[in-house]
Amino acid sequence: MLKFVVRRLFQLIPILLGLSVLLFVWLRALPGGPAQALLGERATAESVARIESLYGLNEPWYVQYWKFISAAVRLDFGNSARTNRPVTEEMMRTFPATLELAVAALIFAVGIGIPLGYYAAKKYGSWLDNLSVSGSLLGVAVPVFFLAYILKYVFSVQLGWFPTQGRQDPRIDADHPTGLYVLDGILTGNLEASWDAILHLVLPAIALGAIPLAIIVRITRASVLDVVHEDYVRTAEAKGLWERTITRRHVLRNALLPVVTVIGLQAGLLFSGAILTETVFAFDGVGRFIAEAISNRDYAVLQGFILVIAAMYVIVNLVVDVSYGLIDPRVRVR
Amino acid sequence: MTNSEPLLDVRDLSVTFTRKGGPTVRAVDGVSFTVRPGETVGLVGESGSGKSVTSLAVMGLLPRRGVQVGGQVLFDGDDLLTLPRDRMRDIRGRDIAMVFQDPMSSLNPVVPIGVQVTEVLERHQELKGEAARSAAAELLSRVGIPDPNRRLKEYPHQLSGGMRQRALIAMALACRPRLLIADEPTTALDVTIQAQIIELLKELVQDTGASLVMITHDLGIVAGLCDNVHVMYSGRVVESAGRRELFAQPRHPYTGGLLGSVPRLDAPRGAPLHPIPGSPTDVLRWDHGCAFAPRCQNRVDACLDGPPPLEAYAGRSLRCLNPLTESEEVSV
Repeated sequence: MLKFVVRRLFQLIPILLGLSVLLFVWLRALPGGPAQALLGERATAESVARIESLYGLNEPWYVQYWKFISAAVRLDFGNSARTNRPVTEEMMRTFPATLELAVAALIFAVGIGIPLGYYAAKKYGSWLDNLSVSGSLLGVAVPVFFLAYILKYVFSVQLGWFPTQGRQDPRIDADHPTGLYVLDGILTGNLEASWDAILHLVLPAIALGAIPLAIIVRITRASVLDVVHEDYVRTAEAKGLWERTITRRHVLRNALLPVVTVIGLQAGLLFSGAILTETVFAFDGVGRFIAEAISNRDYAVLQGFILVIAAMYVIVNLVVDVSYGLIDPRVRVR
Repeated sequence: MTNSEPLLDVRDLSVTFTRKGGPTVRAVDGVSFTVRPGETVGLVGESGSGKSVTSLAVMGLLPRRGVQVGGQVLFDGDDLLTLPRDRMRDIRGRDIAMVFQDPMSSLNPVVPIGVQVTEVLERHQELKGEAARSAAAELLSRVGIPDPNRRLKEYPHQLSGGMRQRALIAMALACRPRLLIADEPTTALDVTIQAQIIELLKELVQDTGASLVMITHDLGIVAGLCDNVHVMYSGRVVESAGRRELFAQPRHPYTGGLLGSVPRLDAPRGAPLHPIPGSPTDVLRWDHGCAFAPRCQNRVDACLDGPPPLEAYAGRSLRCLNPLTESEEVSV
């Protein structure tokens, strides 16, 4: 098991190296550049050249790449061309925000999706089943930004139940040792700040979690429908076991195998940031930051952030593979 | 064979499947039989004859939607068909247990064998922890699984087919049930393993004094095991007899056909097999006549007038208007 994890972590090295080359070439193939973006359309050739030499952008790409990669192994990705602050500092600020949002969205999607999918399958053909099937279709079909605006309009603007934007009420004075605001509040004993952070998370988490929720409901429902007709469930019934034992031990453990895969894939996507949701709710996370970096051709930020996101994606998948082995002994890794 | 009160008394059992917009199918139609304590009863028939549905109806394991069950299933005087669901759960696994056809799919692949054995003990005998575990190990060694302590920790995919069927038998017998229903327990196994499993069942049933209902299409198994045999065709019993009477002289042409289709070692080399012509799907509805008539070589015109009754005939119950006679050589 440990060997498997270590081996998979070593596989990260070639993945990240390859990705960094691709990224490097791809970014420089984009029309325009950071100097152009910084100076605007009417910049003179001299001022562009001055900025480029300032950032070392006039050197051949392999020299630039070498400089980048030799710094990157020390987790130094340079400075953002836009904010002029170290990229790692920007990461420390935005990744916890996105992580918090992604976890909240996952809790929403998994916490509602699995029970709903299960009961829809149990009550196959009932109104609950039909509602969950059509509802999940709607969940996949509605564009995220549209759903986000609707949620914001109804629950923040009209009803005033939730704050409209940001991560924390500016009037609350809170310390942020980890950058995960809910956790910070608990750690520093400032529960009011925690609660406020949770309120700020609710609507973005629902908007972001809608698609994963819909997918999880559908997969769970289909999987449970398959499993309840399996012979081993009949065996369990023949033993006279209590219904809850049968559900937990014999139905759900098998039915959740495909669901775990889907949750893992969705988690990987969520951790890489949610541009639309973060923009609508002015949530200061990775997605919004990357979107801005793209329009500013902020090479340092893009290179650093995308590499870290790729590493996270690989690690999330590793976690999924390991947890898969925990629930299914047939694919257990040795 | 004992002559005491029956342990299981199935009376006029019928099972009808209905599908929205589809035809209704009567899978079991007025089946009656009894099982006395310690007795072994065979239910014999081809696929689709209703023998498995009969057993699932007795266990209360048929799906509730789209299924109508009629008649009575008296177990120890209680009608299992009308018992509340929780009472039925108490009986299943404790008083009546079942061994299924396919040991590959009848065990949960993601739960260790040990848990699957101990869960029955925990449910019905309130054994817990170490007590349940050692009882489970004892059960496994009782059914002939070597190194039971190691096997308890293993998962179904780590066991061979015969081993898994032994494990399933251990689970079924865990609470010393008074009635064991075995639904084609050897069909999915190799021939050599089949014989071992049948021997094991026979031995365990003798030791515990349990009654056994053996559901099979294999008359060889019936011959070595059962006291009484009920031959089913298209949802109805067509011939019920003691084992000796049945094998000495089958009276129903279907039984005769089943016996005749068994290949024999003492037949001359190259002699052709004698299958029953047609297929089990080739049936008449019982209300139009004898369901076996389309395939029957003894058919007379009256067979198509209406369903023949199940009547006492030559020391057995028989549903046939033109039975095989003594002189009529079974087509072997």
